[in-house]
Amino acid sequence: MATTDLTPEVLDAEPPRLSAGQRFLTWLREHTLAIYTALAMMYMFLPVAVVVVFSFNKPAGRQNTRWNEFSLDAWTNICKDPTICDSVKVSASVAVLATVVGTIFGTMIAFALVRHRFRGRASTNLLIFLPMATPEVVLGSSLLALFLNMYVGSWQMPLGFWTILIAHIMFVISFVVVTVKARLSGLDPRIEQAAMDLYADEKATFRYVTLPLVAPGIAGAALLAFSLSFDDFIITNFNSGSTVTFPMYIWGAAQRGIPPQVNVIASIMFFGALAIVIVGQVIGASRRRAKA
Amino acid sequence: MQIPTTSPAISYGAPPPEAPAKGLIKRRSTPYWLLLPGMAWLTIFFVLPLFSLLLTSLQSPYSDNPSDGFYFNWDFANYSEALSRYGEQFLRSFVYAGIATLIGLAVAYPLAYFIAFKAGRAKALLLVLVVAPFFASFLIRTNAWKTILADQGFIVEALNWLNLLPQDRILNTPLAVVTGITYNFLPFMILPLYASLDKIDPRLAEAGADLYANAFTTFRKVIWPLSLPGVVAGTLLTFIPAAGDYINAKLLGSINDRMIGSVIDSQFIIVRDYPIASALSFLLMAAILILVTIYIRRAGTEDLL
Repeated sequence: MATTDLTPEVLDAEPPRLSAGQRFLTWLREHTLAIYTALAMMYMFLPVAVVVVFSFNKPAGRQNTRWNEFSLDAWTNICKDPTICDSVKVSASVAVLATVVGTIFGTMIAFALVRHRFRGRASTNLLIFLPMATPEVVLGSSLLALFLNMYVGSWQMPLGFWTILIAHIMFVISFVVVTVKARLSGLDPRIEQAAMDLYADEKATFRYVTLPLVAPGIAGAALLAFSLSFDDFIITNFNSGSTVTFPMYIWGAAQRGIPPQVNVIASIMFFGALAIVIVGQVIGASRRRAKA
Repeated sequence: MQIPTTSPAISYGAPPPEAPAKGLIKRRSTPYWLLLPGMAWLTIFFVLPLFSLLLTSLQSPYSDNPSDGFYFNWDFANYSEALSRYGEQFLRSFVYAGIATLIGLAVAYPLAYFIAFKAGRAKALLLVLVVAPFFASFLIRTNAWKTILADQGFIVEALNWLNLLPQDRILNTPLAVVTGITYNFLPFMILPLYASLDKIDPRLAEAGADLYANAFTTFRKVIWPLSLPGVVAGTLLTFIPAAGDYINAKLLGSINDRMIGSVIDSQFIIVRDYPIASALSFLLMAAILILVTIYIRRAGTEDLL
């Protein structure tokens, strides 16, 4: 693994005349890890490539798993089956609300954990960690058990949009806390102290110093929360009643054949998220350069 | 899935992370106000449901027809029945998840190593690329493996030509399920590995070389032990969701590859035998917690949190 360090082997090799084969071997030895990384990346992107390519397919039968004919049909008519777009709308609204609420709650907890000393800290950490260490089936089924037990007389907690939202807020909080905490604990508290020394009060320090420095972490956490919520199937499946989210639509369609429109939406999601992350990185890099 | 914008964060040679800044703590009640909404939410919708699950798992049906409802009577027999009926699926889930975790570690480690030590300016870009595939829906990516591993596909034909496939196919075999699980949880392995490798001072490896250790010994004696927290975190973050997953088994495997998650799902949603389903859920969580505790003890990194 660590054999790519280019010292002894290279120097020991005869410098004057190397055959093409030998040179190739030396080059290979020096770059093993880089080549491996490239291959691993290809492996990771292979299914995504398939998804994008098959969004341009005109499937021969119902199953869109074999290449048949190039076509832009799916791209020009995304909502041909209105249930697809309805399910995307449901998923998007759940994800937006869950992201907003989860990010606010999670960020508050992260601030409490990093910037304050208080009793009950260990149990708070545990309560944050446990939902991430619990399989999704258990999270989903236990919530369903709770909702089933929530009845008053003949009134029963209805499963649907709101129960999905409750579940999603619950499972994104921990991920937000962990992400914001990572950013926050990397900040030097002396920066804030300096602001206070310069007569900024607590509010001003937070508003003009702390928040801008933590903002990238919060933005990252929000993006993470959104994609976790939008993509969730297992927990949602337990608590959705008759409401259909985008992943649930795909699951239902998987047996009879997933239409290429689904690939189009997945491609849009993929390139959209990639664009957001790259723009974020570029902004971050240019800010850092401006500061330096 | 952690977003890379945060992990390689700008560190200003910062102080020990958990130390709260002096002077910032004015009111003692502030942290509790900050914690209140989120913790209340987790208590009501995470802790309380677990109790609800426990209670449900001890209920008995009024009659043979589950739709007649259930009553609470400390029915511990649900647990033994759940185990005897679905022990096979339990075992299979842990075996598949374990194999996928080991393969994932083997695949991810060199990659994380390269990003941490050799990538130079491409580091941030590579981290984005590691996470990027996971913005395309989980279910659709898993479904894409159907195309990649199809019976007449390039991969299966090539492996068959080499006579490497015992069943002449991959789809609908355990191999496909493990492939899918390994793939789907890979970022959960790569990111913690990267985070702990990135903290290692590369001069330590140089020091190893100066003391006449070869590359392998340096790796074994210096890099690997220092990266152990990442190995533990990564394997846990892969194993736990993998053991409860049933999407890969259902989309890529045959009926004989069903995992425990699938049983829990159908018992809850289709059969509606809530007590047995709850007992299964509880057993799954207990089994995972026990395995995880033993594992963390053995790895000697109890300060994982």
